[in-house]
Amino acid sequence: MTVRWIRAAFAAALVATLGLSGCGSADDPAGPDGAGPVTVFAAASLTEAFIRLGKEYEAAHPGHAVTFNFGGSSGLATQITQGAPADVFAAASPATMKTVTDAGDAAGDPVVLVRNQLVVAVPPGNPARVGRLADLARPGVKVALCAEQVPCGAAARTALDAAGVRLTPATLEQDVKGALAKLRLGEVDAALVYRTDVRAAAGLDAVEFPESARAVNDYPIVVLRAAGNPAGARAFVDFVRSDAGLAVLTAAGFQAPPGA
Amino acid sequence: MSRGVRRQRVPVALLVPAGLGLAFLVLPLAGLLLRAPWTTLPRRLAEPGVLTALRLSLETATVATLLCVTLGVPLAWLLARVEFPGRRLVRALVTVPLVLPPVVGGVALLLVFGRRGLIGSWLDETFGVTLPFTTAGVVLAEAFVAMPFLVIAVEGALRGADPRYEEAAATLGAGRFTAFTRVTLPLVAPGVAAGAVLCWARALGEFGATITFAGNYPGRTQTMPLAVYLALETDLQAAIVLSLILLTVSVVILAALRDKWIGST
Repeated sequence: MTVRWIRAAFAAALVATLGLSGCGSADDPAGPDGAGPVTVFAAASLTEAFIRLGKEYEAAHPGHAVTFNFGGSSGLATQITQGAPADVFAAASPATMKTVTDAGDAAGDPVVLVRNQLVVAVPPGNPARVGRLADLARPGVKVALCAEQVPCGAAARTALDAAGVRLTPATLEQDVKGALAKLRLGEVDAALVYRTDVRAAAGLDAVEFPESARAVNDYPIVVLRAAGNPAGARAFVDFVRSDAGLAVLTAAGFQAPPGA
Repeated sequence: MSRGVRRQRVPVALLVPAGLGLAFLVLPLAGLLLRAPWTTLPRRLAEPGVLTALRLSLETATVATLLCVTLGVPLAWLLARVEFPGRRLVRALVTVPLVLPPVVGGVALLLVFGRRGLIGSWLDETFGVTLPFTTAGVVLAEAFVAMPFLVIAVEGALRGADPRYEEAAATLGAGRFTAFTRVTLPLVAPGVAAGAVLCWARALGEFGATITFAGNYPGRTQTMPLAVYLALETDLQAAIVLSLILLTVSVVILAALRDKWIGST
């Protein structure tokens, strides 16, 4: 399986803006049963779970191949609306998915795949002794949040408002991984990130807080209209939504959607 | 070069690649101009966050350039005029920030100047100074990435300058430092100016090292390139407007400086 990490979303989006987006595996011929390559654009927080699901999917479907492009949902949405070749889009928030559906780039309606909740990520042993959300506003506690333009930042704003906590973060990171990197390098004492991110990052602890229930994030998934392999795309979406797929996702810290 | 050579026809073998090169550099700019939402431009410009980011960008790039000139000109002189063992290695090391991905540069800066860093932890304990997430941190990140441009430009100018003037100054009794400040520096002033302009331009556009080392916070560390990147997350049009503002301001300043310092040609 090939995993493409296109972290330079800025450069990619700029290239896409100029209509120069290169060829992708979505252009390759696909068999009638969906065999062949499927390109999945997925939110960065889905990285570890989707890589595992991709391996299981390929093992269960000989001849199928999944390629991933992980990144900030908003950046991925921009790439898709600017014509990047993709078959499936899994976003970290309905708002970013809406930019794709509004642009008419989705085939059918998105469905909620999983939900995610915020936690306070702290270094092992929690040296700043953060026990609840209000502790983040204590003087001397350095906090990394996501910028409000990306889903984890919007969720953090909702949770902080719900708790009535006002704080000046040290930094507003461009995505969850940026916030976690600052935490791991010891530059901040705490970061508001998704529960799944802490579980994926070895060597960090999570502090749960009740207000996170007010900022639960839905992760919608959809097959894209410009899919080069629509049958394969649908097969992959069905697979990740199956009981086996949800088991992998919940093991990663996601919650199953209501009614699943 | 005689006038006759200049008047000859430009060879096609040079004209075609030159034209293609120019188009390659200018077309993306044209793309930005074509897609710009001109009607909402004045309103976007008036948004307070935009001017804050622009001012921070101009200030940090200028301070970073001053820092680079202060440290970089003597470094260039050392590389151009003093024979010492391992000079080739030192010259190669100076260019490392050019090839290092800026994000990696930012991580490297954190490992040295961060709260847990080699020097950073000492700064924190001794003076209570922390550099990450501060405007000073932005200056540091920009200077790290931009200084090689200055050093290379000034070293090139020094190698092109005739050392006999310095030797003449020495025979007249000037010490090496006096010869440097009175003879060498005026001689290579255009080279220093060109290097400083290049350095300033690189600092102004710096993104990766800045967001990694200094983070992103409006008014403190959010420079224009960071604002553009985040605007891109939600609003492509806003990102285009911000890019155009940054481009316009930098082109105007660079053109003005060029005329004043380097002389227009």
